[in-house]
Amino acid sequence: MAFLHAVSTGKSATKSVLKSRSLTPYLLLAPGLIWLVTFFIIPIFSLGSTSTMVRPEGAQIGVYVQELRFANYVDAFLANQDQYIRSFVYAGLATILALLIAYPLAYAIAFKSGKYRNILLVLVIAPFFTSFLLRTIAWTQILADSGPVVSAIKVLPFIDDLFRINNTSTAVVIGLAYNFLPFMTLPLYASLERIDPRTLEAAGDLYANGLTTFRKVTLPLSMPGLVAGTLLTFIPAAGDYVNAAILGNPGTKMIGNVIESRFFAVVDYPTAAALSFTLMATILILVTVYIRRSGTDELV
Amino acid sequence: MANNKVSQDTGDLKLDRVSKHYGDFCAVDDLSLIVPDGSFFALLGPSGCGKTTTLRMIAGLEEPSAGTISIGDTDITTQKSYRRNVNTVFQNYALFPHLTIFENIAFGLRRRGVKDIKSEVESALNLVEMAHLAERKPNQLSGGQQQRIAVARAIVNRPEVLLLDEPLGALDLKLRRQMQIELKRIQTEVGITFIHVTHDQEEAMTMADTIAVMNQGKIEQMGSATDLYEAPKTAFVANFLGQCNLIKGKITSRAGDKATVTAKGLTFEVPLSRVATSNDSVFLGVRPEKLRLDDTGVNSIKNCVVTDRSFVGTSTQYLVRAPWDLELVVFEQNDEGLHDLRVGDTVSLEWDPEHTFALDGAGDINAGADLDDEE
Repeated sequence: MAFLHAVSTGKSATKSVLKSRSLTPYLLLAPGLIWLVTFFIIPIFSLGSTSTMVRPEGAQIGVYVQELRFANYVDAFLANQDQYIRSFVYAGLATILALLIAYPLAYAIAFKSGKYRNILLVLVIAPFFTSFLLRTIAWTQILADSGPVVSAIKVLPFIDDLFRINNTSTAVVIGLAYNFLPFMTLPLYASLERIDPRTLEAAGDLYANGLTTFRKVTLPLSMPGLVAGTLLTFIPAAGDYVNAAILGNPGTKMIGNVIESRFFAVVDYPTAAALSFTLMATILILVTVYIRRSGTDELV
Repeated sequence: MANNKVSQDTGDLKLDRVSKHYGDFCAVDDLSLIVPDGSFFALLGPSGCGKTTTLRMIAGLEEPSAGTISIGDTDITTQKSYRRNVNTVFQNYALFPHLTIFENIAFGLRRRGVKDIKSEVESALNLVEMAHLAERKPNQLSGGQQQRIAVARAIVNRPEVLLLDEPLGALDLKLRRQMQIELKRIQTEVGITFIHVTHDQEEAMTMADTIAVMNQGKIEQMGSATDLYEAPKTAFVANFLGQCNLIKGKITSRAGDKATVTAKGLTFEVPLSRVATSNDSVFLGVRPEKLRLDDTGVNSIKNCVVTDRSFVGTSTQYLVRAPWDLELVVFEQNDEGLHDLRVGDTVSLEWDPEHTFALDGAGDINAGADLDDEE
């Protein structure tokens, strides 16, 4: 009897443990969920509803009423399609530039850095110790008309005396590539570092030269990092307005600049909201297609 | 498999005075070696003895600091690894995780532009009995299966020399036994030179035709498993291959075909052909299973005490203390002649002179003992 009793209390004890255990995941999720609901879900609904509002005739600046006018989207897009397309072109160019710089860098840190690995990794994230704005402003100095870069290029023959980089689209792309470089480097490093060097030796052993080993083994195995890195660069770069504002000219405005001025200068909330939504939707579609095509889900 | 060898000149693998230094550290020290074409050769030694470095130099993954490596008449010392007709089965297999098993095996064939890849891969898969797994990814396979695929991936290229770097190290004991037999079968079937690097003396003895025992970058002794076991030439080899009783003594006479050794007032006989040194100070050696618990033989020690006894199925292993500071290991077969002694019993030991060997007594008497389980 005593034995049976022990067994039954044992059972109920396990039950209560199970019960409290089943609550644990929700409790752990709660802070994040509350945060997301307050600062993402609610704002996005608010933004969505603003995007179809209309300013009544004769109303004060900043007063809008809901009329479910979806034509706002068409108007906003047609009025700003240049900046819209430019955003994706710049972001795409900056992503390619960042990739070209970050891949060799990440490769060197992962395979060739030896005892300097940690120092190099700290150097990659070191720019984050200064503000994003300050770093972008610093580039106006580096790329200044009388600065080192432009002076050095002007030494070359056939370069016009009026040649400049500041306030051009080149400067904007350079700024974007620079500012998001760590987001490209770190995921690439993480996936390169996970590659067993012996698989590379095995490729060499199986008659693949350096280039073939890279194409057939290193590159495919670093795809998860490459996809993550390009997304982490492309997405914020497409919506960025700081680089275009500081390093560009009125002709290099990106969609972020338009949204910013619609919100804060013109106080045209519906247009700004509609543009934000269009930007979000476009990025979402591009990213989905990209992930599908790169087939990262098949990779280990 | 069809005969699609990269080059036709097969031949013996020769290492001629090969050394490898890393800064001040000498991993391989002036090593010369000939591996006959088509043999199963083992490089055996404790971790850090230079066996893996030797293998990597043959594979082309390391370049020797000095010396030459050649296959047949071709000098391959500085040839890039991807140009060598040598393939490796890596420790932990190093399969390509992003490719299917089929593509893993086809990798080398594709690089070389071989025509009939499908049938080549299929016959390699059949050789290792893994044909049903062709479409899987490596991480969906067990350790033993990955091991077979690694062998198939290397062997499908029909290399002149196949290198195996501790290929069975990650497998459990039972699977290891099974794979030992399997590898031996594959080697016999394909007739390629196999060079097997291992720290497991039993593995080397089971599989290899010839074993080179390495220690501190040098080859201590080379020969068949029987040679190395029955007639070791150094204390290191005697201790590293199986268990061994070594008694410190002195040669007092070399007459006819036998030598007489005295130790602690006792005299022992050993055939001169089994004396591996010209030195008079020697270690007298005898394997545990050659010792008998009797006192009638030429070589015997009386008044010993049993200090430990363990029953291991096929035999009973005794630890016996001689009248002086020396413990001897004795294996007694579990048959009708069993003595069934207890700890504390007094016994005598005897053994035949032809089972005795004498080694140079200048070195460390414990060299090579208890090293094989390090990795």
